[in-house]
Amino acid sequence: MESVKPLLEVKNLHTHFFTKTGVVRAVDGVNFDVKPGETLGIVGESGSGKSITAMSILGLIPSPPGRIVDGEILFKGEDLLKKSENQMRQIRGKEISMVFQDPMTSLNPVFSVEKQMVETVLAHEKVTKKQARDRAIELLNLVGIPDPSKRVKNYPHEFSGGMRQRVMIAMALACNPSLLIADEPTTALDVTIQAQILELFKKMQKELDMAIIMITHDLGVVAEVCDRVLVMYAGKPAEFTDTKKLFDQGKHPYTLGLMNSIPKISPNKEKLIPITGLPPNLGDLPKGCSFAPRCKHVMDSCLSIDPTLQEIDENHFVRCLLYEESKKAVTT
Amino acid sequence: MLKYITSRLLMLIPVLIGVSILAFSLIHLVPGDPARSILGEKATAAQLEALRNELGLNDPYVVQYGRFLGHILQGDLGKSIQSKESIGVELIQKLPATIELAIFAMVIAIVIGVLAGVIAAVKQYSWFDNISMTVSLFGVSLPIFWLGLMMIWIFSVTFNILPPSGRLTTGVELNTITNFYLLDSILTGNWVALKDAFLHLLMPGIALATIPMAIIARMTRSSMLEVMRQDYIRTANAKGLRKTIIIFQHALKNASLPVLTVVGLQFGLLLGGAVLTESIFSWPGVGRYVYLAVLGRDYPVVQSTILVIAAIFVFVNLITDILYKYLDPRIKYE
Repeated sequence: MESVKPLLEVKNLHTHFFTKTGVVRAVDGVNFDVKPGETLGIVGESGSGKSITAMSILGLIPSPPGRIVDGEILFKGEDLLKKSENQMRQIRGKEISMVFQDPMTSLNPVFSVEKQMVETVLAHEKVTKKQARDRAIELLNLVGIPDPSKRVKNYPHEFSGGMRQRVMIAMALACNPSLLIADEPTTALDVTIQAQILELFKKMQKELDMAIIMITHDLGVVAEVCDRVLVMYAGKPAEFTDTKKLFDQGKHPYTLGLMNSIPKISPNKEKLIPITGLPPNLGDLPKGCSFAPRCKHVMDSCLSIDPTLQEIDENHFVRCLLYEESKKAVTT
Repeated sequence: MLKYITSRLLMLIPVLIGVSILAFSLIHLVPGDPARSILGEKATAAQLEALRNELGLNDPYVVQYGRFLGHILQGDLGKSIQSKESIGVELIQKLPATIELAIFAMVIAIVIGVLAGVIAAVKQYSWFDNISMTVSLFGVSLPIFWLGLMMIWIFSVTFNILPPSGRLTTGVELNTITNFYLLDSILTGNWVALKDAFLHLLMPGIALATIPMAIIARMTRSSMLEVMRQDYIRTANAKGLRKTIIIFQHALKNASLPVLTVVGLQFGLLLGGAVLTESIFSWPGVGRYVYLAVLGRDYPVVQSTILVIAAIFVFVNLITDILYKYLDPRIKYE
């Protein structure tokens, strides 16, 4: 596992937004890597920096006000942050593609599915229009859209939500990307459709041998599809480990809080234990650990020291003073 | 679709009846006497009375209106009191002049307005955005008669580079086929007339384009700003499409619906004859025709022309509505 060269390495990424009311540290020191063919989950509440991390990888941070102020994003060994807009454009949609949360608004309503798929293929590959159209139909067939040669002529409003998400996925797969970023791809869908779409992701991954970054706030989705998980809180990583380890031996108080807020089916109706309080204002973070104000295990040192990510076990990283070797030295 | 068009055309009937009543009432409410304006100040009371009787002006209003409506229903727009010519024939000569000017002005307004609006939106808060939006604010506020007079003063009087009035310089020959001079000179291969007609179009065209251009620019900008924030633009970016394709295809097509509405309304207004512009530049179009008819209290001309203008206006809006469908496939006409 260790010897596999990562496909994507995000090192010390800082994406800040410079607004009139101050600097919003949306992503503030995130590290992770994605190996070829694996599925990495990024979990967190709204505003934890999951989507901004994804947009940073694709170089789609609206600027101004956003800017990547520090860090490296190594894709196949090359730093994406050093690439020109033109070079990035050739990577987007070809090497790295993205599926978004809301399929109802993510497709252009005034163009047919055919036009939107064909233009993606034509933007990256030297093929004829006819070949691009055949490819579009083949992809729609692959993602399970019935009667694709006819449906390809339809406009987005003629598809249901689940079908539209399938179209989005087909579009993202158009150029056989080696990395697919899915930003809450099932959040806007009905539960039964959610399961189908997750199945589709698994199937596509197997067939096309690509890595997936699955961004979600739903630990159920993580358990279903992810190999490893990065838990994010307030723009920073909280915990990073294998999915199994996270569910069996999750360490960070925030991770545990997330697990306790999942409803479970059991004869004696347990009460849900929500995490109290709200995520902090990213423009005005508290001193010390940003989770401290909501943490059940908060210590005095948490209010003054911002912990760093520590490897507490093999491939298990936690950013919490409870597990930091140096904490004794600091507290005494 | 056909059903929709038919029902829209049927709706034209009540609209036109309403307009005919309004046009009839308004022109009769305006003080003045057609007989006096024909015979002049020195006419005797008996002469005036005789002419009024002959023109049917002494009949009750209801009778006069009924006669007007009766003629219209037979497809007869009536005769001008002043020129004694058939109004239908006169309109066929005047309308092309107005339509040619209106199309010319709209082309200028759409090309510059849309382009300025798009650039201003894409480069929001840039110097281009600030300047173009300030200029367009002036554009909508400028009185056209002032702008027209200033242009004549600068380009015709001072520098003498553009003709101040009319559609062709006297002496330039043109065999008219359609009465659209640009078209006619191309059809007959008359390049001298083409250049001359084009130069004559420039000043009234620009004067007439100012307000629509400013409105289109502002509308395009705000519509584009709205669209550029949409999820599907983010998708287009994530697909690795070129910026120009994203802006001019993905964004502009979505942003063009409200712009089309404005274009339709403005074009309808211009086709109704730009009274001020046509008067200032002595443009022999419908606007000037109506203007002269009002001055001369030429009741039939005013009534019939307004009716024709109203019909054109409704028709242009119908075409606008049909064009919506081509811009946005979600729109359905039942």
